[in-house]
Amino acid sequence: MGRCTINVVQLEGLALMKIIKHCHEEGAGNTEVAQGVLLGLVVDDRLEITNCFPFPRHADDVDEEDYQLEMMRHLRKVNVDHLSVGWYQSTQLGNFITTQLLDSQFSYQTSIEESVVLIYDPIKTARGFLSIKAYRLTPEAINTVQERDYTPETLKKMHLGYETLFQEIRLVIKNSHLVNTLLCELYEMMPSSEGKQFLDLGTMSTLDRQLRCLMEYVDDLSQEANKFNNYQRQNAKQLQDKHKFMQKRAAENAQRQSRGEPPLPDEDINKQFKPIPPLPRLEAMITSGQISNYCKQISQFCSQSLGKLYVAKALQHENK
Amino acid sequence: MALNLVAKVHPVVFFTIVDSYERRLQDAHRVIGTLLGTIGVEKGAVEITNCFCVPHNESKEEVAVELDFAKDMYELHRKVNPNEAIVGWWATGHEITDHSLLIHDYYSRVTSSPIHLTVDTTLHGGRMNIKGYVSASMGVPGRTPGTMFAPIPVEVISYSPEIVGSNVTQKSKYNRQRLVEPTTDLHLISEATQNMESTLDVLINYVDDVLNGKVIADNYIGRELTRMVNQVPKMSATDFEEMLNTNMKDLLMVIYLSQLTKVNVSLNEKLTMLVATQ
Repeated sequence: MGRCTINVVQLEGLALMKIIKHCHEEGAGNTEVAQGVLLGLVVDDRLEITNCFPFPRHADDVDEEDYQLEMMRHLRKVNVDHLSVGWYQSTQLGNFITTQLLDSQFSYQTSIEESVVLIYDPIKTARGFLSIKAYRLTPEAINTVQERDYTPETLKKMHLGYETLFQEIRLVIKNSHLVNTLLCELYEMMPSSEGKQFLDLGTMSTLDRQLRCLMEYVDDLSQEANKFNNYQRQNAKQLQDKHKFMQKRAAENAQRQSRGEPPLPDEDINKQFKPIPPLPRLEAMITSGQISNYCKQISQFCSQSLGKLYVAKALQHENK
Repeated sequence: MALNLVAKVHPVVFFTIVDSYERRLQDAHRVIGTLLGTIGVEKGAVEITNCFCVPHNESKEEVAVELDFAKDMYELHRKVNPNEAIVGWWATGHEITDHSLLIHDYYSRVTSSPIHLTVDTTLHGGRMNIKGYVSASMGVPGRTPGTMFAPIPVEVISYSPEIVGSNVTQKSKYNRQRLVEPTTDLHLISEATQNMESTLDVLINYVDDVLNGKVIADNYIGRELTRMVNQVPKMSATDFEEMLNTNMKDLLMVIYLSQLTKVNVSLNEKLTMLVATQ
């Protein structure tokens, strides 16, 4: 499999606005994610995303494959790039590292080498901070998912840890000159008093929610750790039992020899003591990755809240 | 055909129109397409939330629009968002041609009182003019009626995340390569603070000028200034210090806890890996 490197993902303003609009209209209230396809092309080590279209939500009466083909066929007629280069998904406060994401991105990346997944957070953006990131699976992750083997030995061999599952790629937003002209016009037409909600000091509710999600995940991880400990104990016990059995066997054999009888047949130890299969580490890895992501987000959130507090303090001083 | 309609357009519509114009066929001078949206609850406002391009051919004598394409695309869009309906059509260019009338006729069969939006991508007159029209019949009663495109005001509205997105995209105007890189949250706050500082400077200069007599005092501006200054909440110094400190302590504690969790998680992984492969 050829190694392709994508160092930069270039997103057009149009695609960004479409993603924002779709996730906003989809999101209101429900917990399911909004997804869609990214269209564009690859230039050297740059992945340019020039357009996108959303997937319909209720997939019962709509065949996803058909919808995608139809849409791409129609877009091709109006000269839109019809090469699919990835997909996007909305998330809520950063809880996107799941097995489904892993599987979907794996299937995308095996069919189209350069595909990325864009994760967009509508809640964080509504609070005033545009939050959109591009991720790809690392080559080690691809190899591991292919084997479907998540035992610790394979993971160690592949050097795969929760930090090396996904790699984040630098994202830039680019506009053409004509769009820049449009932006000048829009700037005059848009209400300028809005869009300042990120300066809001009352941010404790978001922090509260984030911490709750973090606690849930930490609970999950501790459960996984418990399972692993159990497995270790079972293994150790089994080893002990095996040793005892072997010793007994050897003692009996010695006795029989001394009495001149033939030794007992050497049974297959393993059939008696079935080896316990090693635990797959996938869930633990995913949970760890999710937790570390949450921690990163929380620190960022706290740092900007601190900044805001200092600004408020400065204003108070001036007032005195 | 109410003439007091207002067209409220989302920015994504304009982006799509400009992009379609950039991707037009070699010999096409303008592109057209369908506008999707909702007819608002409040009377007199139509909210245009989406649009798509429809291929068409235009020559001196005739115009041909691919109507099947338009229908198919509309169906596809409906599957994603069933609330959107056809509310009109758009075209690039700076004037309304005779062909526009025919196309408008078709759209009036699909929806009542369609809105026609023109975006001047040819930059006639140095600006990208955005205009909206509704058709109104005119003429002497009893004779053949004619149609006139009556202009309607066009406003831009957006959801709050859209505003954030477009604010970030706006920065591409200031960069040679037209690139914008999303920055960290703290950076955004520092930028906003700098903006506030410069605005305050302008205000202070104004007030100084008024006090020096260089500029005549304007009562309205004076009242606004007082209102603004009074909006900073007045708390006793001790109360404010207390509130500040408790908040800061909370945030610092959370930062410490999250660092701790991160370290714990990475330790957990290393240890498990070590133990499991013994």
